[in-house]
Amino acid sequence: MSTRLSKGGRLVDTSSTVAFQFNGKTLTGHAGDTLASALLANDQMLVGRSFKYHRPRGIVASGAEEPNALVNLGQNGKFEPNQRATTTELFDGLSATSQNHWPSLEFDVGAVNQYFTPFLTAGFYYKMFMHPRPLWKHVYEPFIRQSAGLGKAPKEKDADRYEHFYAYVDVTVIGGGVAGLQAALAAGEAGAKVLVMEQTAAWGGRAVVDGGTIDGMSAETWVASALARLEEMPNVTLRRRMMGAGVYDHGYLLGYERLTDHAPDQDGPRHRLWRIRTKQIVTATGAIERPISFAGNDIPGVMLASAVRDYAVNYGVAVGKRTVVVTNNDDGYRTAIAMVEAGQEVPAIIDARGQGAGDLGEKARKLGIRVALGMAISKVKGGKRVEGVELCRMEGNGGAILETIKCDAVAMSGGWSPVVHLWSHCGGKLLWDEVENHFKPDATRAPTGADGKPFVLTAGSASGPLGLGDVLADADAAGKMAAEAAGYAPATTPAPAGDARDENQMKPVWMMPANPVYELRMKMWLDYQNDVKVSDVQLAAREGFESVEHTKRYTTLGMATDQGKLSNINGLAVLADSLGEKIPQVGTTTFRPPYTPISMGAIGGAARDDVFQPIRKTPIQQWHEDQGAYMEPVGQWRRPYTFPRGNESHAQAVSREITNTRTNVGLLDASTLGKIIVKGPDAGKFLDLLYTNMMSTLKPGKCRYGLMCNENGFLMDDGVVARLDEETFLVHTTSGGAAHTHAHMEEWLQTEWWDFKVYTADVTEQYAQIAVVGPKARMVLEKLGGMDVSKAALGFMDWTQGKLGGFDARIFRISFSGELSYEIAVPASQGRAFWDALMAAGEEFGMMPYGTECLHVMRAEKGFIMIGDETDGTVIPQDLGLHWAISKKKEDFIGKRGQQRTFLASEERWQLVGLETVDGSVLPDGAYAVVHGHNENGQRNMIGRVTSTYYSPTLGRGIAMGLIKHGPQRMGELVEFGKVDGTTVMAKIVDPVWYDKEGEKQNV
Amino acid sequence: MSEAISALAGANNPNGFAAVAELGLHGMITVRGDQADAGFAKAVCTVAGVEALPEVRKCVGTLEGGVAWMSPDELMVFVPYSLVVEKLEELNAALDGSHFLAVNVSDARAVFGITGPKAREVIAKLAPVDLSPEAFGVGDLRRTRLAQIAAAFWMNSEDSFRLVCFRSVAEYAYNLLAMSASAGSEVDYF
Repeated sequence: MSTRLSKGGRLVDTSSTVAFQFNGKTLTGHAGDTLASALLANDQMLVGRSFKYHRPRGIVASGAEEPNALVNLGQNGKFEPNQRATTTELFDGLSATSQNHWPSLEFDVGAVNQYFTPFLTAGFYYKMFMHPRPLWKHVYEPFIRQSAGLGKAPKEKDADRYEHFYAYVDVTVIGGGVAGLQAALAAGEAGAKVLVMEQTAAWGGRAVVDGGTIDGMSAETWVASALARLEEMPNVTLRRRMMGAGVYDHGYLLGYERLTDHAPDQDGPRHRLWRIRTKQIVTATGAIERPISFAGNDIPGVMLASAVRDYAVNYGVAVGKRTVVVTNNDDGYRTAIAMVEAGQEVPAIIDARGQGAGDLGEKARKLGIRVALGMAISKVKGGKRVEGVELCRMEGNGGAILETIKCDAVAMSGGWSPVVHLWSHCGGKLLWDEVENHFKPDATRAPTGADGKPFVLTAGSASGPLGLGDVLADADAAGKMAAEAAGYAPATTPAPAGDARDENQMKPVWMMPANPVYELRMKMWLDYQNDVKVSDVQLAAREGFESVEHTKRYTTLGMATDQGKLSNINGLAVLADSLGEKIPQVGTTTFRPPYTPISMGAIGGAARDDVFQPIRKTPIQQWHEDQGAYMEPVGQWRRPYTFPRGNESHAQAVSREITNTRTNVGLLDASTLGKIIVKGPDAGKFLDLLYTNMMSTLKPGKCRYGLMCNENGFLMDDGVVARLDEETFLVHTTSGGAAHTHAHMEEWLQTEWWDFKVYTADVTEQYAQIAVVGPKARMVLEKLGGMDVSKAALGFMDWTQGKLGGFDARIFRISFSGELSYEIAVPASQGRAFWDALMAAGEEFGMMPYGTECLHVMRAEKGFIMIGDETDGTVIPQDLGLHWAISKKKEDFIGKRGQQRTFLASEERWQLVGLETVDGSVLPDGAYAVVHGHNENGQRNMIGRVTSTYYSPTLGRGIAMGLIKHGPQRMGELVEFGKVDGTTVMAKIVDPVWYDKEGEKQNV
Repeated sequence: MSEAISALAGANNPNGFAAVAELGLHGMITVRGDQADAGFAKAVCTVAGVEALPEVRKCVGTLEGGVAWMSPDELMVFVPYSLVVEKLEELNAALDGSHFLAVNVSDARAVFGITGPKAREVIAKLAPVDLSPEAFGVGDLRRTRLAQIAAAFWMNSEDSFRLVCFRSVAEYAYNLLAMSASAGSEVDYF
């Protein structure tokens, strides 16, 4: 059983008591504990059930590499699944539940799956659930979803907030162990601006657990002095609880800082995502110990040897009273020694090697620890916890059990793999080390920046060396190199002296024993989280999966939330063995960011609730909202769709607004309309190229409607251009198109027509623009007074400026409704006051505000096109019968050549017509005009579609616009349209101008 | 003429680790032209009341009389709001006959002040800019993005920034700035 020791625990405050809950049970730990160490201190060996077989699982590791101890953490708005107990700091009131069990952790029905293990092999799902196909959706998938899976999805809105932070540094050091600290010292002393991040709450990494001396000091003392020196450097920033999550091109690095995970009641954001631009990155990320593949290596109580001593030294927790150590290298002996020194029993060190260990072996023997050389664990005995191990010879098949040792924990050490993830994210290559049997960074093939030079360096055991002296020398060199590459002159002080490593060579053990029988292989876990065993990888190899990337996907090896931190090397070694290849020939899978999962909240940062996205507001927005207007998105604006009164439906409100505008007067907030000033001696020439029609001939004081196409000839934007003076034009764009049109102008001016003397400025938001529309519009303006708005003084398509009712006004006599209409621009800061003045002046004339839907219906009644309705990026002006707006005199304009291409010039294109249903109903939006027969996809043949469709209160019937093949030649003919319910409706092709075709009403 | 009202009518939040305030209406003239042209430079400086045009990514003067570099051919001239029409006419008259563009954008913008010893951090949470004291000091300006919107900001004095964005997104900018300045979210980096 696991228990708290009476002494030890350098990270915990044994005088404190922290209460927490696990599966509803109240337990206690100490400040400084992780959830994992606190669970172990309470003898909670069983912490979860496995993904596929629902096997009992316990804590395996002590850090970010943990595959098993995933919990649902927190409640309600602070609930989060798949949190690693090993990286969760304990706090008072913490509440965690284990995952993937039903009905309880202790008794799990799904565990019957393990008795079907022979059937649930690699690729089982692919093979089994392929046929018959309909069963997948209705039977297999729901069943699998119920029985497999990890944590639950949160049900409530996240109660926390998150943020980003941009930082620019010379050298970023990732990892706060002795290597990271020494690299930071070397770079910091050179004068570089250094940021050091450590993913845990404690500095020092492994060295402080494993001991050793640096410059004559204990590792712990050296770490304290290094930190003190770094803290004194103004150019060095130290951050704990911050992980290097991902390395990207050009020295872009993501740092994931967990601010309040350990103190959820603290103010401020929970996580901060640092978006760092750094000249150099030093990854001092250490190494991760590998498990050994022996049968039953997933039973709770089987742990990494390094984790066992981490728990003893850092947290004062003994994982077992009787711990068997199984190893293929000298380092495993450290655990045996640590446990004995902590007063626990170690019945034996099982060393797969014949020769045993060097100095550490001697030390173990002196402590009286039995060492069994050339031996192996054949099988771990136990279910929910370890009960013992059966031993056999390493060079055998495990059939002959030589001895059984009773124990309650197994500490395994399969050698060390450098953490090469961050090195690899941006293309750093790896080398296979034949001595240590691990992949290590190949410094000659580093990730390179824009200058072709390396921008990532590795330091310490992340580079490969495992001895303290080598680690410090490597880290010192990395820090100096990074500083130099960042433009600083490193000092010539030597690296601190650390202990030399005097260890015997490790022996690669990819299966234990060497040639196990099948029954053992199918109990040897490689990937704990995804339940992948040695036998699965071997099966994949037999079935022809030669590529490691394919094997990964077929078996799901390394695809869980831990991304195979423990399983990858063991898995690919088994694959290489099965394929008869060498490990480096098989290679690794691709390392991708993030290093460990980061929260969705951190990725989103501040962007939630009222700052989820920018909402653009006109100066009159508040009035609309106060009236209870129903708003609709138009680009990033929110515009009133309609202003319902009383119990009116939206349709009733829209009809009322239309009728009132056509009989009295209506008011529209048109402030969102794009407004761009184009000025210069070449402004006319420029606009002639930008628009399909002629603009240079426009006289000052006049307005003209124009069409703008892209290079391919497709219609992009439309609007009214007003000439302000000889050199200056005011271009109106659609509401959603202002920024794009302005960028389009600048693109051409800056890259193609840089010799044109033209300047542009977007003045969209300088003005509040209000349309006063209807037969009584003039009376309202006359009542406000100050300007002559008579037909004689201000005719249709004229503009003028002056003081209207005391406001600085520019009045355009333009109409998008077919009515007498004035669009009046005033400075935005006076917009609301002007709106109020118009409402007051219009009261006696029956003035009502109207929304965008009324605007849409009125323009459709007039047959005016709308960008985004009649156009969708594939429509040219000619499709819309707008030939009149395409100049034939001009030599060129943007889109002209595109429109001459055969397909666009074809007579067969769908063209704009009006549509009236025979029964007066409203056509469904986007409905297709169908004819007999079917196309190759089994759909009805189509000859057109509806682009706009409304109920017209003016006409008392549904009206629509649509694009129909040969439409303009088919006036009066009937076309069949498909409806959503599968039936069809007949509509007659008509002229799209229903209302006042002669334009008498707008020209009064 | 009615009283002119800025986008947020002077909203402010003094409760964070830096104070955030909308600063009301300010006269702003976008000027485009050849900054190397002595006549152009002189006319702009005269209207703004500054000695010389700002260098690249700099701002000179104050909101009551100043010039901000906006791009190689664009400047922003600051004058008192009440004088902007007059000053614009002055500038147009002075540059008459040359190729330039001067346009009043006072109402198209919102202006914010971010003040406090850690004001840098408020902006560094939102804009991809090196705001360390070594890289960004008084008079430095960036025209960049603030989270999801376009913005320009400069340091007008130690511990104080001025920030300009489009009027329509003033509320978004204000909410972002106030949230980024909220107590408890100090980064303590600079």
